[in-house]
Amino acid sequence: MTAIPVLPTEPEIQSARTFRHVLSVIVRDPLSLISTIVIILFILIAIFAWQVAPYPLEGAGKTNVSHSMLPPSPGHPFGADRLGRDMLSRVIMGARPALIVPIGVVLFAVLIGAPLGAIAGYKGGWVDETIMRITDLFLAFPSLLLAMAIASALGRGLQNAAIALVVSWWPWYTRLVRGVTISLRERYFIEAAQATGVRDSVIILRHILPNTISPILVQATVDLGLVILAMGGLAFLGLGTQPPSPDWGLMVSEGRDFILKQWWISTFPGLAIFIVVLAFNLLGDTLRDIFDPRQYR
Amino acid sequence: MLQKLEFVIRRLFTSVFVLIGVSLITFFLARVVPSNAAALYIGPKARPEDIERVRKQLGLDRPLPVQYAIYMADLLHGDLGASIGTKRPVLAEIIDRAPASLELLFIGMLFAILFGIPLGVLSARWQGKPPDVAVRSLSIVGVSMPAFYLGLLLQILFFRNLDWLPLAGRVSNDLRFTNPILPLTNFLLFDSFITQNWLAFKDVTYHLVLPALTLAAFPIGLIARMTRAAMLEVLEQDYIRTARAYGIKDVVITYLYALKNAFSPTLTVIGLTFAYALTGTFFVEIIFNWPGLGLFTVRSLLNLDYPAIMGMTLFGATAYVIINLIVDVLQAWIDPRISLK
Repeated sequence: MTAIPVLPTEPEIQSARTFRHVLSVIVRDPLSLISTIVIILFILIAIFAWQVAPYPLEGAGKTNVSHSMLPPSPGHPFGADRLGRDMLSRVIMGARPALIVPIGVVLFAVLIGAPLGAIAGYKGGWVDETIMRITDLFLAFPSLLLAMAIASALGRGLQNAAIALVVSWWPWYTRLVRGVTISLRERYFIEAAQATGVRDSVIILRHILPNTISPILVQATVDLGLVILAMGGLAFLGLGTQPPSPDWGLMVSEGRDFILKQWWISTFPGLAIFIVVLAFNLLGDTLRDIFDPRQYR
Repeated sequence: MLQKLEFVIRRLFTSVFVLIGVSLITFFLARVVPSNAAALYIGPKARPEDIERVRKQLGLDRPLPVQYAIYMADLLHGDLGASIGTKRPVLAEIIDRAPASLELLFIGMLFAILFGIPLGVLSARWQGKPPDVAVRSLSIVGVSMPAFYLGLLLQILFFRNLDWLPLAGRVSNDLRFTNPILPLTNFLLFDSFITQNWLAFKDVTYHLVLPALTLAAFPIGLIARMTRAAMLEVLEQDYIRTARAYGIKDVVITYLYALKNAFSPTLTVIGLTFAYALTGTFFVEIIFNWPGLGLFTVRSLLNLDYPAIMGMTLFGATAYVIINLIVDVLQAWIDPRISLK
């Protein structure tokens, strides 16, 4: 078969315009702009944690018993924990598992869920039935409960917690992308591609998936807040990051016994989770107002 | 009517299929994913011959379909295995602890509905005005706050700083001796009420406030947001304008005519928040040392009490499927269009 030149089609141009539109709305809305800046700042802090943290070694887990339970002071603005580790450094170093790993989780959930959704929506028939019934089974569990069960089946640890969350989150993207695909399938540019004999796999990869990116992005932004909460929850329960490694959820749990006197140990890591999730939720709200992914469900 | 009945029956059938699928997933997690399931089932201190015995008993040396048949047969007999930690059947542990969790869950969801719906209505009624801004800020804080963090903050504020409410537990220790509650159902509110043990009733109520509020924060936010969105949509419709033109009181229009039609999407969210609340109780129970299923599950997770973990997973998923079924049926009853789909 000879290759057929693919002209930029009407919805593809539209999606580029949507993207610019989204950017302009975010820049004009102060809350979304602040949220975006907060998110970028936290991600940068997570990436450069070793350079930013005042005591990176303590942040990673090295104890300093002489500073045990040091209250917040100019030298240690977040105080120190039971083992004398600088809490500011702990919180900075903890951004990696608490923030970067959830981003990875959502990314993998999209990579698994989106193609399956596109195939289900495009093929229809028994392929659609099979894929969607399987997603129904996963969605029959409360996500965190399923993640807990998987994490304990695989064994404790950050990596297994992340796998557990991917397994319980991908079906949402399958559902979303299937809905978008079904609405795209009727469009002229897909019919035209089919009529000219373009292979199904090419249609899905080049024409359908690129057009599902905006709704996926909106959904992913909203989900990131939830996944960060879930990740923090798993860590809090002892199923995620293992001590002495830093992790926000784990640190809240470690400070729980001292909450009435040494309040700072739990307070600052918890505040970090809250701020990041709040930022993702505020941004997600704005994005959802512009482009509601639920309209496809 | 017939259509509704047909819908309910159809929905019952799908639920049964979903439950079978759920059992497949838990079977997979319980027996196939772990490299040595028998060792997990008997705990870390097992002798090799014990492991061999359990392997035979669970049929782990046989083909997968046979293993699943054994697993299902056990389940249908209510046999979830024995907890490694307490040596008692997992099902007995679950039944013993369920009332504590259910009491917390009910009161939490009651809070969520009692606060969430009026807040959402208020917000829609004053769209763009200060009450709307306040409710929207409150709900976004509610859905962004980890339960395990909110619980700690409430403890600091209401126990340490204000000393208004107790720190943790279901009932004060000294009350156990002076005014013990007759354990009829283990729903302490109910038990103390029915036996007219007012001192205990007050104490139990005080103990419930913070855990229930912690559990309710996320659902309140979600329900308020959904109610607001649904109300805004309804308030724009013609029949509301007609009602206004007739000079019907604003309160009547908002709470009677509009809320009735905005209730269906709200109910969906209430169903969804149950899923959250089921796992939410786990965190709330740890923070407030609440002797329910969550505390049991978390202890099992920490002690690698595998039968207990898998039993709770199945129990939680089953509860969730049943809640979803109830929500769907209720919805079809409220909104007849649904059963026609």
